[in-house]
Amino acid sequence: MKPENPLLRYAPRNEPFFTRGGWIALAVFAFVALIVLPALYAFVPEANPLHVSAYTVTLAGKIMCYAIVAMAMNLIWGYTGILSLGHGVFFALGGYAFGMYLMRQIGRDGQYQSDLPDFMVFLDWKNFPWYWTHSDSFLWCVALVILVPALLALVFGFFAFRSRIKGVYFSIITQAMTFAFMLLFFRNDTGFGGNNGFTDFKRVLNYPITAPTTRAAIFGLTALALIGTIFLTRYLIRSKVGRVLTAIRDSESRLMFSGYNPLGYKLFVWTLSAALCGIAGALYVPQVGIINPSEMSPANSIEIAVWVAVGGRGTLIGPLLGAGVVNGAKSYFTQAFPEYWLFFLGLLFILVTLFLPKGIVGAGIVGARSLAKWRRR
Amino acid sequence: MSATQERFSVSGEVSGLGHVMGEGVDLSHGPILYLDDITVSFDGFRALNKLTLTVEAGELRCVIGPNGAGKTTMMDVITGKTRPDQGTAFFGQTIDLTRLTEPQIAHQGIGRKFQKPTVFENHSVFENLELAMKTDKSVWASMRAKLSTEQLDRIADTVALINLHGDADRQAGLLSHGQKQWLEIGMLLMQEPRLLLLDEPVAGMTDEETERTAELFKSLAGERSVVVVEHDMAFIDSIANVVTVLHEGSVLAEGTMDVVQNDERVIEVYLGR
Repeated sequence: MKPENPLLRYAPRNEPFFTRGGWIALAVFAFVALIVLPALYAFVPEANPLHVSAYTVTLAGKIMCYAIVAMAMNLIWGYTGILSLGHGVFFALGGYAFGMYLMRQIGRDGQYQSDLPDFMVFLDWKNFPWYWTHSDSFLWCVALVILVPALLALVFGFFAFRSRIKGVYFSIITQAMTFAFMLLFFRNDTGFGGNNGFTDFKRVLNYPITAPTTRAAIFGLTALALIGTIFLTRYLIRSKVGRVLTAIRDSESRLMFSGYNPLGYKLFVWTLSAALCGIAGALYVPQVGIINPSEMSPANSIEIAVWVAVGGRGTLIGPLLGAGVVNGAKSYFTQAFPEYWLFFLGLLFILVTLFLPKGIVGAGIVGARSLAKWRRR
Repeated sequence: MSATQERFSVSGEVSGLGHVMGEGVDLSHGPILYLDDITVSFDGFRALNKLTLTVEAGELRCVIGPNGAGKTTMMDVITGKTRPDQGTAFFGQTIDLTRLTEPQIAHQGIGRKFQKPTVFENHSVFENLELAMKTDKSVWASMRAKLSTEQLDRIADTVALINLHGDADRQAGLLSHGQKQWLEIGMLLMQEPRLLLLDEPVAGMTDEETERTAELFKSLAGERSVVVVEHDMAFIDSIANVVTVLHEGSVLAEGTMDVVQNDERVIEVYLGR
């Protein structure tokens, strides 16, 4: 019998799926987000000091949606090296797709007591436009949440990647795309509520949308989606596909001359990233209670890139931390000094780019290494 | 049934006059690479000017020439990076290189080493070789890819061949310049190419490494065909049978090292006398 190949130990797939610390952190997060927080919010009376307010749950839920978007952005930017400045459009389209269902759930409880949403009555429309067909079906809208962003990404990506548009040129056209969609959705004629978008939701699956149990359930679903995204990213990055993606980032021409066609890989990860953003958008809308075209504004998409840069691109948990830290700071700043938030965000981006090229996680790794060195001395 | 009949009874695509096209590169007439009358211009500058060059199967060919002679552009044309304005490029008898993309050409069996060693810097030596290995390279296949024992053995053999035993799990970006050159050559070998194009493969290598590289290339020729672009005359002298001298985008002289070195025109343009 042949002796075991000594190289086997270098095979990348022999490393653990998560380290032990990683599994523990995930388990703690799942326990808190799926059980502790929802229970403290929904079942502990408000007078009790342990009660968690609706504000906190909504904020945490929102940040988890952003974290999913950041992880999706990390797939395409951090690992594949393609900077999208238009990811807000996929998030918003997912939100609008699920928003359609939420609008239909209002039923005749709107101001005009019509089957049509208020904004359509206001425009004097008599029937739903064709693209609202079946929007009263939960399953159909959930399918749209994934399919619409994915299809847009597939078509857009096919033409962009086939023409070998790269780097800053790609970033600029994605920015133009989200801007174009924002203008389109601002129009009343588009049939998505114009600049007001969708709001005043009443129910989801016939449960009252503001009821604590409903909120807690949506919060839990968001946590599950986030955990799923972490697993998916980890699986993908450990597979050969992940190694090809980072090879695209580091040396695309070497990869092509090695016999890989980058088009398929780019399209795959770009479309997957868009679909994940769509799911995040759909979970976001019932929690914050509104979706409007400002979600597609260019600044929003740039902010997504900032989350990833701050956290550490090309790392598994960097984007999670980035989305949490930046949005935590945002909710504090916009209350304390509302007019300075954008300046702060810009400053943060410059500082991180200059001094922490690998973000918080990169700095943490460097710090841990020097600490270990210092201890050995 | 005679041997001829048997050959024609195999199923295969038929092209033209009853010629049976098999899988892969057709070497039935000897040469593996035909470049005929190739012209490439960039903004009026003719990088290649009616270049005509033939490389025999199993040959080890050296290409030399002063800077700007068109050596790298020639490699770009062969590997699909640059489309010629004029002329034909064939791999074997049947494969028209001007119609294929870079990955397709790589798949047909042409491997290329760049002038500046180009490896995947953030991947380990092992992963670099794994990525280069000849296999189905579609997304779906990569998703389910699992290394078989044979594949692991092949990677192990290559690691040994390029002398990186102790560094298989090392990040490629941390290797020395010469080691990167070797790794890139190893990656090329993992592709199992029929034709290797090597752009300055011994730049930055120590004398000992250069010597070992010469040995390696000589051992490759025969089974594979090798085209080496190099400036290092001693190295060329140690490996070459036939040397082609390029000048201003076309072939100036061709022959053994002795013949070429004594050619008046070559002495004038290349050796700078």
